[in-house]
Amino acid sequence: MALVTRHSRLVKEVRGTPVALDGATLVAYAMRQVRPDVVAAYPITPQTVITEAFSEFVANGEVETEFIQTESEHAALSACIGASAAGGRVQTATSGPGLALMWEVMYVASGNRLPIVMHLCARALSAPLNILCDHSDVMGIRDAGWVILLAETAQEAYDNAIQAVRIAEHPEVMLPVASVMDGFITTHGVERSEVLPDEAVAEFVGTYRAPYSILDVAHPVTVGPLDFHDFYFEHKRQQIEAMERAREVVCQVAEEYGTLTGRCYGAVEPYRMEDAEVATLVIGSVAGTLRTVVDDLRRQGIRAGMVKLRCFRPFPGRELAALLGGVGVVGILDRSISPGGAGHPLFTEVSSALCQRGCAPRMRSFVYGLGGRTPAPAQFRQAYGDLLADRQLGAEASAPVYLGLRE
Amino acid sequence: MTLKNWRELRPGGVIAEPGNSTAVETGSWGVTQPLVDFGVCVHCMICWIYCPDSCFLVREGRLVGVDYDHCKGCGICAVECPKKCIVMREGARDLVLGS
Repeated sequence: MALVTRHSRLVKEVRGTPVALDGATLVAYAMRQVRPDVVAAYPITPQTVITEAFSEFVANGEVETEFIQTESEHAALSACIGASAAGGRVQTATSGPGLALMWEVMYVASGNRLPIVMHLCARALSAPLNILCDHSDVMGIRDAGWVILLAETAQEAYDNAIQAVRIAEHPEVMLPVASVMDGFITTHGVERSEVLPDEAVAEFVGTYRAPYSILDVAHPVTVGPLDFHDFYFEHKRQQIEAMERAREVVCQVAEEYGTLTGRCYGAVEPYRMEDAEVATLVIGSVAGTLRTVVDDLRRQGIRAGMVKLRCFRPFPGRELAALLGGVGVVGILDRSISPGGAGHPLFTEVSSALCQRGCAPRMRSFVYGLGGRTPAPAQFRQAYGDLLADRQLGAEASAPVYLGLRE
Repeated sequence: MTLKNWRELRPGGVIAEPGNSTAVETGSWGVTQPLVDFGVCVHCMICWIYCPDSCFLVREGRLVGVDYDHCKGCGICAVECPKKCIVMREGARDLVLGS
């Protein structure tokens, strides 16, 4: 019986075409397939490949998108807001300082409930000047009211790029989505991935039917009116509710996408967690490195595990509590910092989520890979060693460990 | 007026009912309001053209009054009136409509 079900599901799956592409080009390919009405962007390393590849699709007539190269990222996202309020399916892409320049407009997009999709290539913030990967830019938008998905691989970046459209445009959500991949590591690394046929993507994302358009003169609307003490609070409460509803929608869309492609995603992805006594929590491309470290430790008889977070907003606190609550000791790996904070960004989120649910294991904060510092397996073997020592010593909350830093 | 709660409001503060600004009375914002001397007024409609809040009431081509519920008291009408038959006066609203 089970076999029949499995077989009938397979029949419905669409056969993907294998390609050897870098993540950025693959994401541009996905953008072409979802056929946005408008893409407004400004090239910035390491996102430039997306802008270049997509503008080439436009120039070749392979997609009928209105491509606007703006004078800055602030203008790019502002153009997206106008186009989205006009009822279009709208996308943009940026990195690090470009995202920082968009910051004001990020809140305008979410506050006006415009389902814009942004492809974000994670990059360190200056100074000192740096163009390589870390998550400082991503963590800077954590409160901006955007759904945030994080990819480990080029394939995931492609898959998230397609799913992001459905999540953003879902009538119960109507929030912008940032689809994040790691700068250079994922954007520029060439990997084997599979792309769907154009028509399968077109069918999956469907046609966006905006609830209104500022160009519809027969039904005039005002978008972005002054919203004072008497209404602003209520509209912010609506945003919180929309983000809560996005929890379910992120999983529904992933399930539907899994049925189509055979690639299944959730808000979190556990690895060898079933009997883990020590575990780490990570986001982004480093998850692959952690898997090999976990396998090494398992071979040595250490019951190690790892959890990869795919969805940072809405934050899957309940799922993490279920996975990590019973583990003896957990390391949270941040690729960004919050100087002077209660902890570095991911650590603060996770420890808060677990403490609120009364199931906090012993937790330790690790920071790695700032400004593109290579996250080597040895660093994470050290992290697991520190965690096991913490557990044996029964130590009190200890200071963050900076992996790969010259002490 | 009971304001709508967060579940009842349109998401994102979008206004889809054109012209609903008349529902918000802004007449209390100003200090002075226009007082029209209809004995001098020649119904040239300069005030009607200049008023940024469309507060001059016209019937059959003739000026008949001021919408004091929405006049913010800017005084542009008094400046522009070619007959100088509009003056800005504290309490003009009460004088015309009764307090």
